Amino acid sequence: MSTAPKTLFEKVWQQHVVVEPEGEPTILYIDLHLVHEVTSPQAFDGLRMASRKLRRPDRHIATVDHNVPTTSAEDRLHIVDQISSNQVNALRKNCAEFGVEFFDVQDASQGIVHMIGPELGATKPGMTIVCGDSHTSTHGAFGALAFGIGTSEVEHVMATQTLPQSKPKTFRITVDGDLPFGVTAKDIILDIIGKIGTDGATGHVIEYAGSAIRALSMEGRMTICNMSIEAGARAGMIAPDETTFAYLKGRRFSPTGTAWDEAVAQWRTLPTEPGATFDRELHIDAPTITPTVSWGTSPGMVTGIEGKVPSIEDAPTEADKKSYARALEYMGLKPGTPIEAIKVDAVFLGSCTNARIEDLRAAASVIKGHHIATTVRAMVVPGSQAVKRQAEQEGLDAIFKTAGFEWREPGCSMCLGMNPDILAPGERCASTSNRNFEGRQGRGGRTHLVSPQMAAAAAITGHFTDIRKWNAGGNN
Amino acid sequence: MEPINILTSTAAPLPLPNIDTDQIIPKQFLKRIERTGYGDFLFYDWRRIQDGPAAGQPNPDFVLNKPEHKGAEILIAEKNFGCGSSREHAAWAINQYGFRAVIAPSFADIFFSNAGKNGIILCRLTDDEVKTLLDRTTANPEHKLTINLEQQTVTDNEGFNAHFDIDPFRKYCLLNGLDDIGLTLRHEHALDHFEKGHDEDFWSAPKAS
Repeated sequence: MSTAPKTLFEKVWQQHVVVEPEGEPTILYIDLHLVHEVTSPQAFDGLRMASRKLRRPDRHIATVDHNVPTTSAEDRLHIVDQISSNQVNALRKNCAEFGVEFFDVQDASQGIVHMIGPELGATKPGMTIVCGDSHTSTHGAFGALAFGIGTSEVEHVMATQTLPQSKPKTFRITVDGDLPFGVTAKDIILDIIGKIGTDGATGHVIEYAGSAIRALSMEGRMTICNMSIEAGARAGMIAPDETTFAYLKGRRFSPTGTAWDEAVAQWRTLPTEPGATFDRELHIDAPTITPTVSWGTSPGMVTGIEGKVPSIEDAPTEADKKSYARALEYMGLKPGTPIEAIKVDAVFLGSCTNARIEDLRAAASVIKGHHIATTVRAMVVPGSQAVKRQAEQEGLDAIFKTAGFEWREPGCSMCLGMNPDILAPGERCASTSNRNFEGRQGRGGRTHLVSPQMAAAAAITGHFTDIRKWNAGGNN
Repeated sequence: MEPINILTSTAAPLPLPNIDTDQIIPKQFLKRIERTGYGDFLFYDWRRIQDGPAAGQPNPDFVLNKPEHKGAEILIAEKNFGCGSSREHAAWAINQYGFRAVIAPSFADIFFSNAGKNGIILCRLTDDEVKTLLDRTTANPEHKLTINLEQQTVTDNEGFNAHFDIDPFRKYCLLNGLDDIGLTLRHEHALDHFEKGHDEDFWSAPKAS
């Protein structure tokens, strides 16, 4: 056994190697598979056709999130869109047939799949976690190796509890120093993607390190790891520490008694050792990060709130010039326009990136005592039933409703618009979600990615607004 | 999946970087529970006029709607093709439309994996090589390329000859049309052995309450 210092990723990888066949990818054991309605039906069908079972039904949990309406409990139980309804019913039936624990649409534990894994304590440090969804990288916030897979791989995990995997490279991004007031985890990750590009980490697993990362709550860490995929990374990871353990203690699937102590002792062995080396490194000074807004149709097209819409000539490469031209046209923006002058029609506070309790608290603190602009429609879609309950206990729902926001049921909602929550063509949205691709939130819709605080401020003023001035300058 | 080795075909040029899977197949087609029937939905929004009186009609400017590019089995694009969502529907749509290969300077990881599992050859060439091919197929839609998987080459009859790298195991699976699950189950004994030592609390999956 080599005694060279190891990275967090290296340890988790090594602990899950089943076999390394000569000349073939490693067979990696998968501890937990999260299942949702969109990417699983063809996999279950594949198993049926081959007369295969789930090797370990206890290592899968399922919920519905992408398709479900958010308007009311009644609308969720009787989905009008027949194709959506069929897909939800298929998951219900498949989970019953194959013995998978299923959190149905009105279950107290239902929510976006990447919300409920951590909330239930199913997500734990050192695990390997997969899901047929690219934002599975979220779970890396706990020091798990977690990544999105396609439906063929979903079927493979169901049948074998493993995946053939080529070992990714490693990339450490160290963010040191104190985050300025009004700057959040969302701004850190948008800043990183802006710097390295949407293919900046392709083939790599990112480890986020440094004092600014250590200072974040689990919610903030999940926001950062969630968008690792937007930088092209296979996964994002953050070493587990006391913040991680405190979050997990007492959750439904967390160990108890002496098993908890043993687990924590094992988790403490996971962090990257001093002297361990990475294939790539990047350092960022937290104090240099500003509230960040995306202006284009790729998550790497971002600028600070004090910035302006760039021109085609600002594109770093020839290929990017075509993207810039296309993005400016799609977004209906003129180069040189100050970001703060861009008016919004809609505000979406939700998604697996930013619909946790901390996000809702932050947004509520901005809007308290205000009303949304008359030109804006705004909705809050809590990420899970647990977040919704907690927010209601704290009275946040009343703050949002008084301010003119719609208060919805949990799901993916307008992050990708598979349910009825979509933008109209040309409608411009300040969104706390993760992707600003063309048509992502509805055909012709124009998405600007921002933090919950920035989305809340834009809802009140009707245009992008520097949250740092908001707090210092008496709420506009 | 179908074995594949040598492919000779015209190509469709799509000279844009960062083409994401939301463009390759929009969300509304992800509600289906079938594995087939996605070919017609490939680049659904780009294939249609978005605004004005002709909204919804085929967009004559989009490459896949041009008669001269009909029947092309090779797609050529710029860097980071297939970024974004993990939806395998993107690979299904490309395959079921009739493409057997995509050429680009780079591909996003999850799409790369999904394509391999659907018998699609992905050729990573240099920026300059891709530019040459984009230029030649744009200037002459009849221009044919040959991809030889065994030799790992892309060639044409005007002297273009480029080598692409591919993982040997992925190549072996594509050449033989092999299904991964069966291959993994060759190691079932090792898997049984591993699993016995691995069911500890700190790696445990959910337990029935």
